[in-house]
Parts: sequence; C-alpha cells; structure tokens
Amino acid sequence: MAAVVLRELTKRFGKTSVIEGLDLEVRDKEFMVLVGPSGCGKSTALRMVAGLEEITGGTISIGDRVVNEVPPKDRDVAMVFQSYALYPHMTVRENLEFGLKIRKTPPAEIDRLVTEAAQILGIQELLLRKPKELSGGQRQRVALGRAIVRKPSVFLFDEPLSNLDAKLRVQMRAEIKKLQARLQVTSIYVTHDQVEAMTMGHRIAVLHAGTLQQVGTPLEVYERPANLFVAAFIGTPPMNFVEARVAGAGETLQAGSFALPVPARLRAALRGRDGARVVVGIRPENAVPAGRAPRGPCHRIDTTVEIAEPLGDEVVVHARAGEDALVFKQDPHRPAAIGSTLAVDLELDALHFFDAETQRRLGEDPPSGASP
Amino acid sequence: MARSRREEHLPHGLLHAFLLATVAVTLYPVLWVVTIALSGRQSLALADLPADPGTFDRLRAILPWPSRWSWDNFRAVLSDQPFATWLLNSALVAIATTVVGVALSCTAAYAFSRFKFPGRRAGMMSFLVSQMFPGTLTLIPLYIIIVQWLGLGSTRLGLIIVYATTSIPFSVWMLKGYFDTIPRELEEAAIMEGAGPGVIFWRIVLPLAKPAIAITALFSFMTAWNEFIQAATFMDKEEMYTAPVGLRFFVGGFQQQWGYFAAGSIIVSIPVVALFFYLQKYLVSGLTAGSVKG
Repeated sequence: MAAVVLRELTKRFGKTSVIEGLDLEVRDKEFMVLVGPSGCGKSTALRMVAGLEEITGGTISIGDRVVNEVPPKDRDVAMVFQSYALYPHMTVRENLEFGLKIRKTPPAEIDRLVTEAAQILGIQELLLRKPKELSGGQRQRVALGRAIVRKPSVFLFDEPLSNLDAKLRVQMRAEIKKLQARLQVTSIYVTHDQVEAMTMGHRIAVLHAGTLQQVGTPLEVYERPANLFVAAFIGTPPMNFVEARVAGAGETLQAGSFALPVPARLRAALRGRDGARVVVGIRPENAVPAGRAPRGPCHRIDTTVEIAEPLGDEVVVHARAGEDALVFKQDPHRPAAIGSTLAVDLELDALHFFDAETQRRLGEDPPSGASP
Repeated sequence: MARSRREEHLPHGLLHAFLLATVAVTLYPVLWVVTIALSGRQSLALADLPADPGTFDRLRAILPWPSRWSWDNFRAVLSDQPFATWLLNSALVAIATTVVGVALSCTAAYAFSRFKFPGRRAGMMSFLVSQMFPGTLTLIPLYIIIVQWLGLGSTRLGLIIVYATTSIPFSVWMLKGYFDTIPRELEEAAIMEGAGPGVIFWRIVLPLAKPAIAITALFSFMTAWNEFIQAATFMDKEEMYTAPVGLRFFVGGFQQQWGYFAAGSIIVSIPVVALFFYLQKYLVSGLTAGSVKG
C-alpha cells in the first residue's frame, strides 16, 4: 500500500505543454479521480505515474521512493485500459496468468491467485474463454482481474467504463468502488465523466488545460467550486451563470434584468468596489419555482419558460429572465406551460460568486489543496 | 440480402452457365498440361490427327483427355532425369529463403512500426523504391557480388541470399502495415505486467500477426520456388539447378520433351498448391488485415 505524490509534474511534447506544474497527493488507500474534459492532460498524468510516458519535469513518488527513473514493471502499479487491452489470442486464464508468469511466480501460487481474483470478480466460469467470446461487461471484469491478480500497491484506471453502455456503466461503477473498498488499494481513476467522478472518488481532482483547478471531496468541489471552470464542469444540469455589477456601496449586485442583495459573507469583499464585474452562479436546485418551498433568505424574480424537459421524477425547465438564461427543476405534475411566466425564488445563501476577471471564487477561501 | 438482389437481375441458370464457362476457360490450359503429362508421350498435341480428319477427330484433338493413360513421364522425370535433385535444391533454397526472409522481415518491420529512429522514413522509402526496379536490372551487380566477390556461384547459399534480400522489402512493408494495426495498448498492458521487448514481441505481437506472417512466408516461398532468371544466371552446374531451371532443359536444344516438361511442371506446382490450401484460413484474414476493428 502506498501514497502517490506528484510534485511540480510537467509534460511537454516539443513546445506543446500538456501538463504544467501539477501538484497532487493521493493518500494511501484513497480513491482519487482525475476528471476534466478531453485534452486536459489527465490521461497523460496517469500514464506518467504508470511509467508509460516520460516525465519532462517534476517528480512522482510511489510509497517513499521517487519513481521517475523506475521502469513500469518495478513501480508495483497495475493499470486498467480504456480498451481493456486483453490479449486476444489468450484465454481469460492465460490473460490473468501472464504477468505472474513473467514474474516467475511459482505455479501453485499462480493458481491460487488466479482463482482468488476470479472469485472476487465472479468470472470463474469464463476462465477458458477467449476475450472475443465475452461481453463488454465480462471483458471489463477480466481487465480488472488482470490488475488485481498481482496485488499491486496502486491501481491506475484510464477511463475504464467509457466503452460500456449506460446501464452497465452504472453497474460497473458500483463494482469498481466496492472492489477498491474491499482491497484497500490506492487508486487513481481518470474519467471525463463528472458523474463518475462524483460517485466514485473519495476525492476528485479537476484538471483543465494541463493545470489543476481544484482538489477536494465530491461535496466540497460541488458546494465550493474554486473557479468558474469547476463550477461549470461539475453538476448536471450545470450551474447557471449571470453577469452582474457591484452597486450600492457593495450591498447590491445589478444583473441585466434584476438586482440581488449581496449576502453578508461577501459584503466585506465587495465594499468600495462599485462597478466591478462579478459572475453569479446559481445551481439549478437553488432556483426554486413558486409552489416549492425555498430555504433561507430568497430573492424572487420572474422568468419566461422556454423549454421543459420531463425526466419522470422532475422536469428540467429552461427559462429566461431578461437577457439571462436560467435552468431549474420543477415538480413533474405541475409543469409550466411554454411561454408562460413563472416566478422563481433564488436561495441567496446558496449562491456562488466569481470574479469576472480572474474567474476565481469570491468570499470564503476555496478548500485546501487548490492551485491558483 | 445479396442473394435476393442478384436473383432480381440474373436468372440462376444463366449465371451458372456463365460461371461454368469461366471455369472452363480458366482450367483448360491446366487440363491440357495434365493431359500431356499423363499421355506418356512427348508431343505437345492432345491427340494425333489422321490425314483426313473428320468432325469427331477434330473434336477429339481439342478435348483434354489422353488417348492412353500412363505415368511414364512422371516416372522418367523423377528417376531417369536429375529432376529429383533439382526439386531438392528448390526446396532447400525456398525453405531457407522463407525462414531467413520472414525472420529478418518480422524484426525489421516491428522496429519500423514501433520505434522512432533516424532513417526510419528513409529506410521504408528505400525499400519501396527498390521494389520499383525489375529484378533483371540488378542481375549483373548481383552476379558480381555473389559470384565474383563472395564466390558463391552455383551454391544454394548464394541463391538464398539473393532471394531473401529481394523478398525482404515487400515483406517488411506487408508486416509493418499489419503491426501498425495491433493496438499499442496491448503492448503497454504487457509492459505494465513486467514484460520486456523480447517477451512482447514473441508472446504478444507475433501470435497476433500470424495472418500477415503466413502471407509473407507464402510470398517468399513462392518467389524463391518459381524464380528462373537469377537461378539460371547463378547456377552453372547441372546438379545445382533449381526445378524451374531444370524444367527449361526439357524443351531446349535438340529435343522437345513436352511430356517431361508437363510432368515436371505439375510436380513443381504441387507444393505451392498444398501450401495455399494449408494457409488459406490465414490468407482470408490476412488479406483483409486491419479492415475491421477487432
């Protein structure tokens, strides 16, 4: 078991910088999810930890040793690939045994380890089949089996669920989480899917354009996004953003079509900055249509309903307040008619504020571990 | 789907008639050779025409069916003539060419496919360019190198070297193209499990490249087995002839032993046909290599 520490990790291909000064500490036995849009450098970071990609700058430590120059086989890590990368010409058993045989594990021990891994994943029946005779979910299990059979001290997952259909993905998501909890192995999991990140990680690290945006528990990142990018990336439907200007000696925010009283926690920061531009973030669940009970102090605005998307348990309403678009959720049994006017209460205590220039969160300090 | 569409356009009977005609046209020359070989005679004609041929005689003359069946030609070719020695020469040269050619091509193609090194592009291009010139163009320089410099005239080794070097460029291109389709992730997975380059090459890449290797091997073997001009140039001594060179001497000079020639040709084609049958399962998948994502 081991912690994984990235210090000032940098990766450049020629002049193109993929990762710039990444600092990240994955604690022992932790399930860390690296999440970000495609091209943000998350897979490259993972491949550097694996040893498949050379390190341009900085250090990677696994346990108490720096592994920059250590070949992949000696890093004691196992990786699950997006395409599973099962050897097509070998049976499931041979796939599982491959690494053990290379490491010259005694045959009896190989047998015991393979049986154990197969049992954990429920693939005992499949051991004699070839990968092409397996379903997507079964292949995924075999790929996991190949990772756990060696009992490495770190698991690396590179978007392992993206080839599965939606239903199977939800199921395997839970299985991987259970597996990690059971085996208690430090894990780094790369995904572009923020739902996977939220549901699976002990902590999540949000990457964008090769730099770390924020690290924290799913709830921390959701409730206190460090900047506009994180705020927009995490959460479905995504957070609403409304541009506003500071007015009334820092006591009011003037948006396009409505004014918002500034909550107490922000007043100090905005005092004397009349005219400064601020982005107000409103989570869909904090814009409460009339008829539902809002929490805490509210500010009511009128919106015009443009689209209603029924999801069964609720309706996602796309509305407009003057110039500003607003998405919120509504009771499925009392849907608003398209084009109608609907009053919406904005829960003031749950609003997020960002500096329009720096895009950083205003108010209380962002959670520890975030980079500027 | 395909079947029903075809039926809309063409009635079955007509289609079969057309296909039968095609088969007949394709097979006729082969049957002719078989007939001559099995006639026990040395004549090129299928049958002797009488002085005043009737319609039936004329028809008889084009029907590939010997008037008398006999294995004499085969017997004579294999015992009275040194044809068995020539066959052995051909077999040794072709097999060695295949082994040497495929072994070198596999390793070279893998390097070209996976490693970045100076001269990679230039190397592949020079292989391609070398394929643009006909073999006869290199005949004289090869003769000087093999016979005069290396002293390998009339030796099997000399011919093996010539054949292997000429087959390698094509083989490398073929194999590199196939190796490129093998996902890198498979090799990375093996690296993560502790496999070195040798293990990856032998246990992951080569087994997956079987179809391409089969084609390459078949190509190398056939080229070496059928080649005539170079063999005729380098092999001066009669006991070192390969089968194609030997065959030519049945119908050159003072005698026209078409019966021996036909019997010899049939014997020569048997190994290639057998090889095709054996490798056909790979051929189908090899020729469509990379067209479908596994």
